[in-house]
Amino acid sequence: MKKAIKGNHAVSHGVRLSRVGVISAYPITPQTTIVEELSEMCARGEISARFIKVESEHSAMASLIGAATAGARTFTASSGNGLLLMHEVLHWTAGARLPIVMADVNRAVSGVWNIWAEQTDSLAQRDTGWIQIYCESSQELLDGVLMAYRLAEKVMLPVMIAYDAFFLSHTTEIVDIPDADVVDRFLPPYEPPVQLNFDDPRMFGGFFSTDYFYEHRYTVQQASQEALNVYPEVCREFNAHFGRSYDLVETWLTDDADTILVTAGAITSVSRIVIERLRSQGEKVGLMKLRMFRPIPVECWRKVLGNASRVVVIDRNLSVGVGGVFAAEIRSALYASDRHPPVYSAIAGLGGRDVTPEDVEGILHSMKVDDPSPDIPLYWGLKR
Amino acid sequence: MQEIRFHGRGGQGAVIGSEVLAHAFFHEGKFVQAFPAFGVERRGAPVTAFCRMDDRNIYLRSQIYHPDHVVVLDALMIESVNVVDGLKPGGSIVINASRDPEYYRDFFGDAFGVFVIDAAAIAVAHHLGSASNPIVNTAIVGAFAKATGLVGIDAVLKAIEADVPMKKTQNQQAAQAAYDQVIKV
Repeated sequence: MKKAIKGNHAVSHGVRLSRVGVISAYPITPQTTIVEELSEMCARGEISARFIKVESEHSAMASLIGAATAGARTFTASSGNGLLLMHEVLHWTAGARLPIVMADVNRAVSGVWNIWAEQTDSLAQRDTGWIQIYCESSQELLDGVLMAYRLAEKVMLPVMIAYDAFFLSHTTEIVDIPDADVVDRFLPPYEPPVQLNFDDPRMFGGFFSTDYFYEHRYTVQQASQEALNVYPEVCREFNAHFGRSYDLVETWLTDDADTILVTAGAITSVSRIVIERLRSQGEKVGLMKLRMFRPIPVECWRKVLGNASRVVVIDRNLSVGVGGVFAAEIRSALYASDRHPPVYSAIAGLGGRDVTPEDVEGILHSMKVDDPSPDIPLYWGLKR
Repeated sequence: MQEIRFHGRGGQGAVIGSEVLAHAFFHEGKFVQAFPAFGVERRGAPVTAFCRMDDRNIYLRSQIYHPDHVVVLDALMIESVNVVDGLKPGGSIVINASRDPEYYRDFFGDAFGVFVIDAAAIAVAHHLGSASNPIVNTAIVGAFAKATGLVGIDAVLKAIEADVPMKKTQNQQAAQAAYDQVIKV
């Protein structure tokens, strides 16, 4: 059924339809309305989940580690500073191979307060072992949650759905909310391969000496790489049930493009308007939308970007001392490829600053006219 | 695409107003989008909210800088906030005000359509908020429907029924009353 709902509530509906067993969360703007809605769904009896209120984000994830180890399908959500407080246990979740799903509403983190959109919070979790998926619309959020559980439970790794504060989280738009019975056919109940069970005792969270820790880490790395093989299969199943499809990377008009713009999240949506406009003026531009960022779909990136004469990446994030995270990782992925066009980097929209179609067009224009060095990011819109 | 910008003060319901309008458009089969310009919100502080409507999917996610219409929930704001900033010529201003409507004709000039409604009095009459802090959002959306003709009053009433959590009947009556009473100056 189609309804006009907020992005955060699209996530709540995805969690409801996934028949999650345990939800644990600590409120933080702009995530709070996800779990508020889930709490009300629990109170109204629409979900049979146990909702655990905790005193911190660290405890939210820690309690889900317990619940997931006991065999429950689990969910939490956070943002910005709250996500950073979870950091230690995020590593643990992936290392323990627990298929927890969380939503991160991307919020700026810095030495001055800001509650608005920036991807630096989730990108600071990129080494934790969590699979990361970036979304650009409310429909993709709801669908992304359903697919996240399917993927997580196939490869036994946690999945983070990331999306821009306010531009997506608090925006009302039309979402097709699927029927529960269709979702049930796509997403069967979670059957944990091992779980806490008195009749079948096992050891969890053990101590690995130097003899085995390295091998354990390697199995986590293998599971992450396996997600690249499993995801297309999940995508096909999803498409068969719901008639919508989301690839590892999404491309638009890239086949004959001289310049390919690379974006993630809400800026992608805005960029579509610019690509359409420039194409109508005869400019050979295309768009690559980053969806899965961990594990990196290296071969997809190389295939899409290899034929372009230049790549322009817009990063709504900043790795201090480096620049844009996506630009740096794309350069790294292309380096060993036969064809590696120059990768130009633009920083834009930090701390929720608006990125308009005129901004995106201005960035593309500057990269063409000013011929900047690929080594130095363009700090677009910076007041000097 | 039609872009509508709401100006109000924290507590008046500008954000919910933009959402009710989006729901009304949705009930008429349009693609819609509504979102607030989040500031550091406090009761009484200026608040801006946005609503977009189109016949195709809306990819634009930036704020509205060149609205087709503006809705003003607090007439005193026009002294301190340039509510017509970027407003397209011929666009409508729907304003909640109790003083002489001609004042607003003079204030905004001839470039725009000016529509005045005493939404505060209507809200108070229907027990929406208090006399000192009336909740005028549903009334002013009713006035907007009449002023612009972009959406039918039936869709507005349906949106209130489906999406306003409290006092549905009073909110519907307020929207209908404002629809009936709004005047063009």
